[in-house]
Amino acid sequence: MNENRHSVIVIVIIIVGVILLTKLFMIQVVDDSFLRRAERNAVQRIVDYPYRGLISDRNNELLVYNNPVFDLMVIPQEFNIADTAKFCDIFQIEKEKLIERYTAAKKYSWVKPSPLIKQISTTDFAKIQDYLIDYPGLFVMTRSVRAYPDSIAGSALGYIAEIAPRQLERDTVNYYTQGDYIGHSGLESFYEKILRGKKGAKYKMVNVRGVDKGSFKNGTLDTASVAGLNLQSTIDLTLQKYGEKLMKGKRGSVVAIEPKTGEILSMISAPVYDPNLLAGAAYSKNYNILLSDTTKPLFIRPIQAKYPPGSIFKVVQSLIGLQWGILTPNTTYACNKALVACHNHPSPVNLFGAIRNSCNPYYYQAFRQMINQEVSSNTYTDTQIGLDKWHEAVEKFGLGHKLGVDLPYENSGSVPSSSLYDRIYGKGRWKYSTIYSLSIGQGEMEVTPIQMANLAAIFANKGYYYTPHLIKAINGDPDNIPEEYTTKHDVGVAAHHFDMVQDAMAEALYGTAMRAIIKDIAIAGKTGTAQNPHGEDHSVFVAFAPKDDPKIAIAVYVENAGWGGRAAASTASLMIEKYLRGHIERPALEEYVLVGDFAD
Amino acid sequence: MRQDDLYINKIDWLSILLYGALVMIGWFNIYAAVYDEQAAKSIFDFSINSGKQLVWIGTAVLLITVIMVADYRLFDNLSLILYGVFLLILLLTPFIGKEINGQRAWFEIGPFRLQPGEFAKFATALALAKFIEKPSFDLSQPKFQFQAILIIMLPVSMIMMQPDTGTAMVYMAFFIMLYREGMPQRYFVFALVFIAISLLSLAVDNNLYIALPVAALTLALILMGKKNWQRIVTLCMIGIAIIAYSYSLDLVVSKLPQHQQNRIMVLFNPDIDPLGVGWNVTQSKIAIGSGGFWGKGYLEGTQTKFDFVPEQHTDFIFCTLGEEFGWIGSLVVVFLFVALLIRLVFLAERQKTRFSRVYGYCVISILLFHFMINISMTIGLFPVVGIPLPFFSYGGSSLWSFTILLFIFIKLDSHRIQLLGRMN
Repeated sequence: MNENRHSVIVIVIIIVGVILLTKLFMIQVVDDSFLRRAERNAVQRIVDYPYRGLISDRNNELLVYNNPVFDLMVIPQEFNIADTAKFCDIFQIEKEKLIERYTAAKKYSWVKPSPLIKQISTTDFAKIQDYLIDYPGLFVMTRSVRAYPDSIAGSALGYIAEIAPRQLERDTVNYYTQGDYIGHSGLESFYEKILRGKKGAKYKMVNVRGVDKGSFKNGTLDTASVAGLNLQSTIDLTLQKYGEKLMKGKRGSVVAIEPKTGEILSMISAPVYDPNLLAGAAYSKNYNILLSDTTKPLFIRPIQAKYPPGSIFKVVQSLIGLQWGILTPNTTYACNKALVACHNHPSPVNLFGAIRNSCNPYYYQAFRQMINQEVSSNTYTDTQIGLDKWHEAVEKFGLGHKLGVDLPYENSGSVPSSSLYDRIYGKGRWKYSTIYSLSIGQGEMEVTPIQMANLAAIFANKGYYYTPHLIKAINGDPDNIPEEYTTKHDVGVAAHHFDMVQDAMAEALYGTAMRAIIKDIAIAGKTGTAQNPHGEDHSVFVAFAPKDDPKIAIAVYVENAGWGGRAAASTASLMIEKYLRGHIERPALEEYVLVGDFAD
Repeated sequence: MRQDDLYINKIDWLSILLYGALVMIGWFNIYAAVYDEQAAKSIFDFSINSGKQLVWIGTAVLLITVIMVADYRLFDNLSLILYGVFLLILLLTPFIGKEINGQRAWFEIGPFRLQPGEFAKFATALALAKFIEKPSFDLSQPKFQFQAILIIMLPVSMIMMQPDTGTAMVYMAFFIMLYREGMPQRYFVFALVFIAISLLSLAVDNNLYIALPVAALTLALILMGKKNWQRIVTLCMIGIAIIAYSYSLDLVVSKLPQHQQNRIMVLFNPDIDPLGVGWNVTQSKIAIGSGGFWGKGYLEGTQTKFDFVPEQHTDFIFCTLGEEFGWIGSLVVVFLFVALLIRLVFLAERQKTRFSRVYGYCVISILLFHFMINISMTIGLFPVVGIPLPFFSYGGSSLWSFTILLFIFIKLDSHRIQLLGRMN
């Protein structure tokens, strides 16, 4: 009866073998999660952070470099202090903080290092270096933070800080990990990919207690970090520094552009802040201070602030009128103050006189001719057609849309088109009398200071511009800069129309901005007053110089400083002198700006 | 003398070859398990386990020689005496043994440590063979069933006192031999149902999932078969017993020491406590699973090398193999074990005496059980119990006891003709 039982046993043996091999096949071949878990277990990836690219000014003067800092790391298992008070004294840490950090470190891992004190400066590190040997379980990790030798151009350069959770989500290529530093604003943000370099990684094996057991696969998988590329910016350190000095204690913007290239020579957002505040250990403390400051130092005025262009826009109106054949240099209108207010000047005026005297009624009448060309017999329709044609022409001057400067958060400003008025008043329910304030750059028009500086560059170039930009070369190579910054934009107005306009702008200084005149340097400029419903008007001035071979175009806004001829014109003039001459020959004017009450 | 009459030709060299292969692979794995790249020592270095294992292997060869040259009748004659001696040693072990991990399962003699529980297996096997040898010993009769079980349970109860649950459990393997020798089949069917219900009860959260199908099945059997009262009552009793058992098991498990409870629960869900009780199984599976198809290469394993897997040179030695030689390596080793076991079944079946056949099946039972349970626990098919992988795991007790166990059978097999002659 037991004869076939040995076969049952053989079958059982085979079944056991098959079950074991099947289960082994499942976990070894089918399920590859164990391989990943094994590597997470035993292979530790140590990121080799690249050296972030440096940023220099147009003359290769350093604007941003890297400063070494030290993180004091602790391995709880080996850490043991006899005298806490003494330790706190040496390492300059409060007892509560020490306990808090140490508890967190223990919670994270008993054997893996955690930061105990972050970002110790070189000088502080020198003080504690000798004591380290007395404390087992402590070691130092070197990192670097950004440093700014001249503490200037904070809003243009931006800052780097730990990556925000939202940014981490958007990082689809998984370059960043929590705690990584990333450019948050300015050039640091815009050129993040160029500046950051490429992270390297070292793979080392650790045993179950986290003890280093040598390199993984003899280091064949290790990659070295690649340092970020250096940026040469278009900023002129001397000019930027001087401009920040002039703008001290004021609010506003200064944007200076090299007209022939679109390179931004200086970009000042006043009040300025020291970029060093946002680098290093005190980042979050300082950031919050700056954020809650009522003067809004973190607001990047040159690209974010919006003002009505005011009188300066009259130059654009003149040019469009000339191009369209509506105006000629001899077109004359009476200064009819019944239409719109004006200052006292001879009447009637021709175009030259209109620019020189900034005659409001002249532009009221000229603009009506430009808008109502009697294409349609219906006044409403006719206005709409004219406005859209005009809108298109104005946009070519770089207004009403983002210029495309290489900074994040640029504002577009606005140039109204018929659709805007349709929304406000309803289609067919508005006409020229509704929109006439556009004629003198008021009403629904808004421009940013950089757009104004770009206008000055257009006037200087007689009809074209390059998109204003802050990058001159990448790693010493000027050919590497993005193509959009070497593309010429034509504004659609023939060059010869600019001749008379330039003359009028040069002449205008003798009427409205005597302070701007520099001996031996021919300046063409135009004052403006941006009306401010909340208080004193903003002082505006745009200019370029030298008139016959323009090397600098500039727009200056000084908030609540009254009309353009004082604060803005004086500041712009000093900037031009500083840039073209290298020094100031008008100490009185400089003093006037530095004191900054602009009373007369 | 004719060629056929040479003693050396009567020895089953295939079994010895398979044994040798397993021992050598085991030895290389022990070296890999303790290998440290930064302080690499020779495989022969006596300060590390692979060197010590070489000593155990060498002395095992001596043991083999002794067994092979000894008189084969010795094992028959000494069987009951050996059994008695080991019972005595086991009885003393809890009192004079060295305490390791809360167990007193080891004797320390100078630099050596021996585990009497391991050696008692072959003595028990010989005793079983001696008892069952008698033609009148009929395992279908309760009297003889009781005798056989008593022989097994005596050492088991003593080993439980140490307490060494793993080793004690291995003695259950002798039931495989009892099955071959005619123990009624219904016992095994009952045991299988018992095991299945046990596993199911532990695996499911709500015992209703067992109670309802069992009740339905019982009802179906009652309705389908003849409707006599005796049968209906019996079926109902069985159904109720199964359901009651399934409910009581949770209660029983909850009365077990916490570490044993955890070991059982971890089997069904290793993620309960991956850093605690689940650690061994999780790490063991990671090590083996990360080996992939071809393995990471000899001495290239990271999990086993850097101590992620505990006890890996002894009970978890299979991890080293799985990690460094992958599925192919596992296949080879599983194949070697299966081949050896089937070969031993063949040898057992060709024995002319019941004594050597019973002993042979005892060897098969023990090896099969160790092989099955040890590998199963490393891949999460069975709770972690501390029993070694035969011929593979590091340690003298383990290697010696399996060697003695196996070679007594090979010795008996080589004299199968003479044994027949003697009996006649």
